[in-house]
Amino acid sequence: MSNEQQQGNNLDSWLDAYAARAETLAVSEVRALFSVVSRPEVVSLAGGMPYVAALPQELLAKAYHDLMAKKGNLAIQYGGGQGDLVLRDQIRELMALEGIQSSVEDLVITTGSQHGLDLLSGLFLDKGDVVVAEGPSYVGALGIFRHYEAEVEHVYTDHDGMSPEALQETITKLKAEGRKIKFLYLVPNFANPSGVTLSAERRPKILEICKREHILIIEDNPYGLLYFDKPVPDALRAVEEEGVVYLGSFSKILAPGFRVGYVLAPPAIRDKMVLAQESALLCPSSFTQMMISEYLANADWKGQIDTFRGVYHERKDAALAAMHEYLPDLHTTRPDGGFYLWITLPEGVDSKAMLPLAVKELVAYTPGTAFYGDGTGQNKLRICYSYPTPDQIKLGIKRLANVINLQTELLETFKGR
Amino acid sequence: MIPKGKAAAKLRIQVLAGGISHERDISLKSGRRVADALTEFGATVVIREPDAKLLVNIAKDKPDVIWPVLHGASGEDGALRDILTLTGVPFVGASPEAARLAWDKSIAKILVARAGIQTPPSITLPKETFRELDAESVLKTVTQAIALPVVVKPARGGSAQGVSIVTKIEDLNRAMVDAYVYCDVVIIEKLIEGTELALSVIDLGAGPIALPAVEVVPRTGHFSYEERYTAGETDYFIPARLDAKTSEAARKVAVTAHEVLGLRHLSRIDMIVDSSGVVWFLEANVLPGLTETSLLPMAITASGNSLGEVYYSLAEAAKRG
Repeated sequence: MSNEQQQGNNLDSWLDAYAARAETLAVSEVRALFSVVSRPEVVSLAGGMPYVAALPQELLAKAYHDLMAKKGNLAIQYGGGQGDLVLRDQIRELMALEGIQSSVEDLVITTGSQHGLDLLSGLFLDKGDVVVAEGPSYVGALGIFRHYEAEVEHVYTDHDGMSPEALQETITKLKAEGRKIKFLYLVPNFANPSGVTLSAERRPKILEICKREHILIIEDNPYGLLYFDKPVPDALRAVEEEGVVYLGSFSKILAPGFRVGYVLAPPAIRDKMVLAQESALLCPSSFTQMMISEYLANADWKGQIDTFRGVYHERKDAALAAMHEYLPDLHTTRPDGGFYLWITLPEGVDSKAMLPLAVKELVAYTPGTAFYGDGTGQNKLRICYSYPTPDQIKLGIKRLANVINLQTELLETFKGR
Repeated sequence: MIPKGKAAAKLRIQVLAGGISHERDISLKSGRRVADALTEFGATVVIREPDAKLLVNIAKDKPDVIWPVLHGASGEDGALRDILTLTGVPFVGASPEAARLAWDKSIAKILVARAGIQTPPSITLPKETFRELDAESVLKTVTQAIALPVVVKPARGGSAQGVSIVTKIEDLNRAMVDAYVYCDVVIIEKLIEGTELALSVIDLGAGPIALPAVEVVPRTGHFSYEERYTAGETDYFIPARLDAKTSEAARKVAVTAHEVLGLRHLSRIDMIVDSSGVVWFLEANVLPGLTETSLLPMAITASGNSLGEVYYSLAEAAKRG
């Protein structure tokens, strides 16, 4: 028998060579179940995909032709590590819509705001550090924090967003335990997954607490411009410059395929971000940045955002109407913008355990536990209404109601012991 | 065993992968691996979804052979194989009738036991049984007859989805629910502790041959979905660390199970060897996983053959009929 046979073959010759943080990267059965959403028979209420079909492709085709005619060689060349200067200037105009005044010097363009959050996490998080976040919080952010071996402490959040009182209590408790809080991560507008918006009354309180406790705020705002009826309150960054790092994105107001986001940071943090970005990528894509720049310069981008608002408003109404018709007893959030409904299932129904049944019934959603770093959220689930048509949303929620009934019946059968 | 070298006359092979099942992701991965290996060996390969265009695509592609790499329902339950039979295009793997019998673990256990092979004591119950009778008293009776620890698993399905090992009575209800979300019929089976084995069987027309046994040692102790598909989570010993007598007994179980279930071309028979050397049949896989971490490709490689050669030879065997 050879040595290899005695030791066994684990199918990974480099298993002993990985960094400890690679332990957080594992195959997931739930993730594999989502494979069915690519089949047209399945109504996916799972992924948070924008409805890009509402964006006329000729606008992008024109931007492409104009760009290549005017600056083709620049567009396919390396660019600066901080991002394209013209686009940064245009982003200032975009951010002004939410009350933010800034200098192009303080903006860093990243490969989607997800990359911005990854760069920030790399700068700030050591193993065991604590990130304070809403409960629930964005699954993609939790994945990054987990990868940097940080711990997430969720703060009670209701229909007005994060509770300042609960935030203060959490900070006091963590400090008493001697734990190191590195930042507060917030999605203040139409949050993913809850759909709730941090109220205007709570914003100064959150800022005041963080300033007093010397805690940096990371304000992640991909959905703020996608309000249905009235604009959201001014961004936290509009009020506080030194204590807030602001993340923005073109993924929801234009298209996610460009992978362009941006970070507005205090100068010292910005410097480190640029160096970290250059180290990781050299520079963000010149081509996609300049495509967006061309689009912003020549297309009616504000009108396009209005179009998106109309589409999502109609779909939110369809989702709430279907919830009212098929699942009238379940609590759901009622967002004023964005992509998501956050639904509370009957006590004892575990949305993750129920997912295989949903796949059988040809509907998909995202289980609640994905949005917590501490394993809670079993009886919650997220519905995303942005991508399916209103008719598909209705069918999906009808199927979901059937799934919940089947699972409730099953749990009722095995309720003993 | 397998003819060496590139395919002389290229077969046109349509690989079917994907489908709507809990194992769609695995099927897509398996399908791409099979297609790559066949292409490398010289076949002309197209990968298709078994969807609304299935029959149109078969008419358009005019394949010499279809390779259904579909796991889970529709791929393994015989239904799609019935349709393929109607098209008249030869396909790799079990006939519809054999697939129906082997795919249902409870039926496979009965047939294999009739052939004199040991299989762990078990009871198979549809969901309705518990709805009609009192679940608590039924489970009490079951666990009196089959003492814990038990394995609770869906009667149909693969990749260990919905499978739980129950060592404490208070965990049984949860295990039942977790299995019923995958399938309306569930098996409660006595857990046999021992050496876990997977024996792949190949038949190119001259009779089934068992490939080297793969011994499976998951690091967590349970060969669940994550342990199956994450490299590094499980140690595999090929050939398995068995004495000659046990090794031969396992080989016989594999070939006999393949035969009595009427399987064709390929299968994987999962079994366990207890501390006294008894080989227990657990289940048969109509279409075993063919991903980069799957057991059948591992066994082919360990037998000194290339995946392309074996997969192509299976296609040729299917064409010969």
